[in-house]
Amino acid sequence: MNLLVCIKQVPDTETKIKLNGDSTGIDPAGIKWIVSPYDEFAIEEALRIKEKNAGSTVTVLSAGPDRVVDALRTALAMGADNAVHVELPESADSFMAAKALAGAIKKEAPAELIFFGKEAIDDGAAQVPQLVAGFLGLPGCTVVCGLEYGSGTVTAKREIEGGSFEKVELPLPAVIAAHKGLNEPRYATLPNIMKAKKKEVKAVKLADIGVSQADQKIKLKNLQLPPPKQAGKKIEGDAATQAKTLVDFLRNEAKVI
Amino acid sequence: MAKLLVFVEQRDGKAKKSSFELIAAAAKAGHETHAVLIGASVSGLAGECAQYGAQAVHAVENASLDKYTSDAYAKALQGAIKALSPEIVLASHTPMGKDLMPYLSALCDAGLASDCTSLEFDGAKLKLKRPLYSGKATAEVEFLGGGLQLATIRPNAIGLPKPDTSKSATATALSVDVSGTKGKCLEVQKGASTRPDVTESSIVVSGGRSLKTAENFKILEELADAVQGAVGASRAAVDAGLRPHRDQVGQTGKVVAPQLYIAAGISGAIQHLAGMRTSKVIVAINSDPQAPIFQIADYAIVGDLFQVVPAITAEIKKL
Ligand SMILES: Cc1cc2nc3c(=O)[nH]c(=O)nc-3n(C[C@H](O)[C@H](O)[C@H](O)COP(=O)(O)OP(=O)(O)OC[C@H]3O[C@@H](n4cnc5c(N)ncnc54)[C@H](O)[C@@H]3O)c2cc1C
Repeated sequence: MNLLVCIKQVPDTETKIKLNGDSTGIDPAGIKWIVSPYDEFAIEEALRIKEKNAGSTVTVLSAGPDRVVDALRTALAMGADNAVHVELPESADSFMAAKALAGAIKKEAPAELIFFGKEAIDDGAAQVPQLVAGFLGLPGCTVVCGLEYGSGTVTAKREIEGGSFEKVELPLPAVIAAHKGLNEPRYATLPNIMKAKKKEVKAVKLADIGVSQADQKIKLKNLQLPPPKQAGKKIEGDAATQAKTLVDFLRNEAKVI
Repeated sequence: MAKLLVFVEQRDGKAKKSSFELIAAAAKAGHETHAVLIGASVSGLAGECAQYGAQAVHAVENASLDKYTSDAYAKALQGAIKALSPEIVLASHTPMGKDLMPYLSALCDAGLASDCTSLEFDGAKLKLKRPLYSGKATAEVEFLGGGLQLATIRPNAIGLPKPDTSKSATATALSVDVSGTKGKCLEVQKGASTRPDVTESSIVVSGGRSLKTAENFKILEELADAVQGAVGASRAAVDAGLRPHRDQVGQTGKVVAPQLYIAAGISGAIQHLAGMRTSKVIVAINSDPQAPIFQIADYAIVGDLFQVVPAITAEIKKL
């Protein structure tokens, strides 16, 4: 079985965000880049299927500038077999990224199961998995925290609101976007990290797959850091007085109750 | 003025309030606002759509649309778009909306701005803001190229006006061919708790590790019940087994934007703020005057939550 995992490289969650000169993005200086955490569940799931199905291969695919090759090497070190890097400008939106990924999948890595993380923690748009499913005409299911394999189908347990779940059956090939709870991702061992450094990463140019700047649909601008919030009102007194004052403010000033 | 279409989300024949936020905001801005219902038997919801401001209500009804799947619902909504030719399509950034709209974006070759926390217009163009980097930055979204504009808006971010109950409407049936779609929802497993979801409530009362036991969360549940709100929790509280993961607010939990967020005994770690900083009004109750949560609180109460929270509940019950 051919398994594919699409991953995104993002700034570490602890990163202090600084804006670039024209406020269209962030200043990349000093950022520690990681594989987006939900993508690790996707990689792990593909590796587990491979281990249970002799003859399977896991390919990892990432779109982005040259730095994303490091993220691909992390996935190779975890146990992926092949890696493909599609060049993509830093400013691309989800639509263009998904076009590039869908193009690369068709050209380089057709697969029965295509995994993603449920969202990347940088822009948090949660668009790319279902965009790729839509472009490829495949069924897709996101926020998946459980997966069962049948013959020619998968059944995904998808978390929705209220602690409820949908059980969705998808004929293969299918797109799955992984959520926490699907599995416990493994760590790469040092020998595997060393081996991954020597593995080939196949490069795909946008022109090879017919994607261009014209495929970008939205643009982010005027990025801002959250303005420092004005000091709130401090409510004094004993608990009963504090409660009375608060309820009065909430009702008559903030008008939220 | 634009022709605008709102996808009205429903489960078990009950529409999501967050869909009505979008209808009301679009109608208030003067747009020709159409509501689209999708499901097996949903036209009964037309009246409610009209009461929040929809000028016309359309229904794509088909037995195969009884339960949600992304490809079938996207096809149904695409059919509605073909029939109605709107310039803008809006949905809520809910588990359904965020799964559906990217699929639709691919089918319609249209740009999508997701998880927006404001909804404004510049003529027939959307003017949207969305958070990035877990709320550590915000950006404005510009649509390039002048085609169909799609957006999902964070529930509760706009607020819900009172419905005009004098209005009524009947849904116009749209016939859309949804055969040949591949995903199939076998069943919906209902959560054990009947408490409202943190992402769906306009008031959220959250507690942290300092509640110490699951039973102690009862005081937060009582306050939540008094204001018809939901109970949320910090990750430390969830990790300690005091609440289920579905209640966790924050970077690795749920992102909420209620009108009122009450944080009781929560320190205010950056990962918690990522899930609630766009709340309209924030109340913090904490025994430590230096707790970082106070930096983003509109109303700050330094005190013992075990005394303050029941006192607030008692005060609200007097109203
Ligand atoms: C990758 C990553 C992801 C994370 N994701 C999340 C997330 O999604 N959500 C989240 O919440 N956290 C998340 N965290 C954890 C986060 O960093 C904090 O550890 C967590 O939010 C702390 O929870 P807390 O405020 O309940 O506990 P603490 O930080 O221990 O704070 C307890 C607070 O209660 C106060 N207190 C104690 N007793 C009382 C009393 N009687 N009355 C009033 N106040 C009292 C204390 O003064 C203190 O401020 C994440 C961390 C990491 C590294």
